[in-house]
Amino acid sequence: MTVIVAKELITALAALREHADARLIQGGTDLMVEINFNHVKPTTMVSLRDVAALRTIRTDTPGIMSIGSGVPYSVIEGEPVLTAIPALAQASRTVGSPQIRAAGSLGGNLGTCSPAGDTLPVMFALDAMIHLNTLDSRRVVSIHDFMTGVKRSVRQHDEIITAIDFPIVRGWQGYSKVGVRNAMVISVASACLVADHENANVRIALGSVGPTIIRCRESEAWLQSSQDLSAGQSISLDVANEFGRRAAAESSPIDDHRSTAEYRRHAISVLASRLLRKAYQ
Amino acid sequence: MSANEFYQLRVNGKTHQVQDSWVGESLLYVLRERLGLPGTKGACEQGECGSCTVLMDDAAVCACLVMAATAINSEIVTVEGITTESALTDVQQSFVDEGAVQCGFCTPGLIVAVHHLLEKNPQPSEFEVKEAISGNICRCTGYGRVFAAVEATIRSRNAVK
Repeated sequence: MTVIVAKELITALAALREHADARLIQGGTDLMVEINFNHVKPTTMVSLRDVAALRTIRTDTPGIMSIGSGVPYSVIEGEPVLTAIPALAQASRTVGSPQIRAAGSLGGNLGTCSPAGDTLPVMFALDAMIHLNTLDSRRVVSIHDFMTGVKRSVRQHDEIITAIDFPIVRGWQGYSKVGVRNAMVISVASACLVADHENANVRIALGSVGPTIIRCRESEAWLQSSQDLSAGQSISLDVANEFGRRAAAESSPIDDHRSTAEYRRHAISVLASRLLRKAYQ
Repeated sequence: MSANEFYQLRVNGKTHQVQDSWVGESLLYVLRERLGLPGTKGACEQGECGSCTVLMDDAAVCACLVMAATAINSEIVTVEGITTESALTDVQQSFVDEGAVQCGFCTPGLIVAVHHLLEKNPQPSEFEVKEAISGNICRCTGYGRVFAAVEATIRSRNAVK
């Protein structure tokens, strides 16, 4: 086995092009578990740990915060992300433990692409854009096109996720997650709700209740057609509960070792209702 | 770097040669089995228990989730490196005094996590202490004695000032 510790992005991209068997490693919080338990036996590893260019947060495009794929959650949970994209900071703070948050990153969440990835619902609710580079090309893909299934994405072997662009939305946003305890937990169900006061709409995306993250377009449309969603409005309990029921109906959970489909559907109805009430209280 | 090459790690201020190892080994395994530093404990090997907590470039991380060969440019501090003399640190002494060491398996990880917390935040709130050690699982103490040890350390450090 070979380990290539890249310091420059171009070194890592060249290594991917050269080695068809190469696997990328950033914080290692997913991949090292598989290696420790002999579930995978990689032959070539390309480490992105020391690529400083992936660890920057940029705000040079107006209305966009661009977060490098290697910025650890321990940084994302604080400023400047906390004020600009509070739901992302909240979601990052629910990841694992302080030790995991010091290592894990958005690039890892996207690379693994599990429906339980904590930050993915935030990307879906905010229509994040994913930057992918190869040695000689670049493309920017909407998160809605990026994730194609359970641990499946459109990322090609020779591509590296370099940054994630988050539109800055004026209004309230929040993230909630249900798990068996507070720390160190993989979500049983999660939801991110964004109230866009400028455009008077609400978006909601659900995690752990389908093969991909689910954006509840029908519930969003129902809410927008029946309520005034601009700043300073309030939402009745009945409307919030109906919104929760509709969001749960759009989810498509399964029974597995972490929970049951029935409980997950119930959890989504509660999370969606609560988040909406918090947004318009 | 390939499988049979040597690589170097900076651990506790010294440069160590790692040799005759498989380059996919975790930092936890390398520390314990290659470098003779068994203070860092291994339990879950999946980042859930925190007993292998070490400092890497001044961040507390799980050594089991670090591929050692990717850490060649990092400064690593283990529980052995937290003190230079043979004496216990004030955090370690407080753990002893308050009965926060029972079976002891989680202790080195907790010691590293608490040292790291108090370094960054000398006057943490109760919530901040809880959050800082939320990745360190202790099945003996119920955490009450661990919190007491952290409080005792803070009290004694404040008294010295």
